[in-house]
Amino acid sequence: MAAQEQSALTEAVYYILLTLVDPMHGYGIMQRVKVLSDGRVNLGPGTLYGAINTLLEKGWIQAASSAEENSRQKAYLITERGLAVLARELLRLEELLSHGREILSEARAHRWPSSEGGVR
Amino acid sequence: MKHIVWRPYWDYQKEEQWLNSMMAKGYALSDYSWCRYVFEEAPVGAYVYKLDLLERAPSAPESLAYLRFLEESGVQVVATYMKWVYLRQPAHLGEFNLYTDRKSLLSHYKTIMRFWGIMIILEIGIGLINLFMGLMSVMMFGETIGIVNLTIGALPLLIGLLLLKMVITIFLKVRDLKREIDIME
Repeated sequence: MAAQEQSALTEAVYYILLTLVDPMHGYGIMQRVKVLSDGRVNLGPGTLYGAINTLLEKGWIQAASSAEENSRQKAYLITERGLAVLARELLRLEELLSHGREILSEARAHRWPSSEGGVR
Repeated sequence: MKHIVWRPYWDYQKEEQWLNSMMAKGYALSDYSWCRYVFEEAPVGAYVYKLDLLERAPSAPESLAYLRFLEESGVQVVATYMKWVYLRQPAHLGEFNLYTDRKSLLSHYKTIMRFWGIMIILEIGIGLINLFMGLMSVMMFGETIGIVNLTIGALPLLIGLLLLKMVITIFLKVRDLKREIDIME
């Protein structure tokens, strides 16, 4: 696996890949990501379009037939390769999270005892 | 009822602001061609307007695919002019931003800087050549015809400098974005 495929995904790409475990078209991705992130991540159509094209080129997603009827819109679906990338990213995020929690809670306990309970 | 307004804009950011301020008065842009804006009456604030710059001509397959994608995402393509597209989104859909992360915003600004960069070099180049020829003929040969060159040269030079002033504002945004990208996504 190429080295660059092991580095961090952008937030947009992470959420796009996650959303595409079901076949979905562009507008559906934007809506789903917004709901998933409680309205925090708003994907602009320009950003999304660029990301979709890059992901298609990399073979992390593929064109798919949309689940919805009446749809002549292009739908996309994650590939095996994309799923592998997501799985690796989850491991990386877990590592970040556990180290962050561990070190912060130790530091809080030793150096700033008054701020207990800040870290879960 | 249609309203036609003739207006020159160098700066697409100011143009965008103006279109949205027209919308705040109930005038919705419905068409554009060189300096000519066509407005239709619409409920106050019905749409949010945005300008985008395409990488290729609007008729190129890549551009058509992008514009179709935008329309499928709820964005309406109001007009295209050269590589510029006039877009709007119904205001009830919420905030309207095409580029929502630093990397894609950076490449958007770079496309705009490339577009204007070529224009600026041409304008300033033509301006300086004419000014130089004008000065030469007036000062060295005492020909008053050189005044014509001076006048012809002054206009593109002025336009070039106005464009340059606008592009510098984008250049500053690019510089800030690059600094942020070093430490944030």
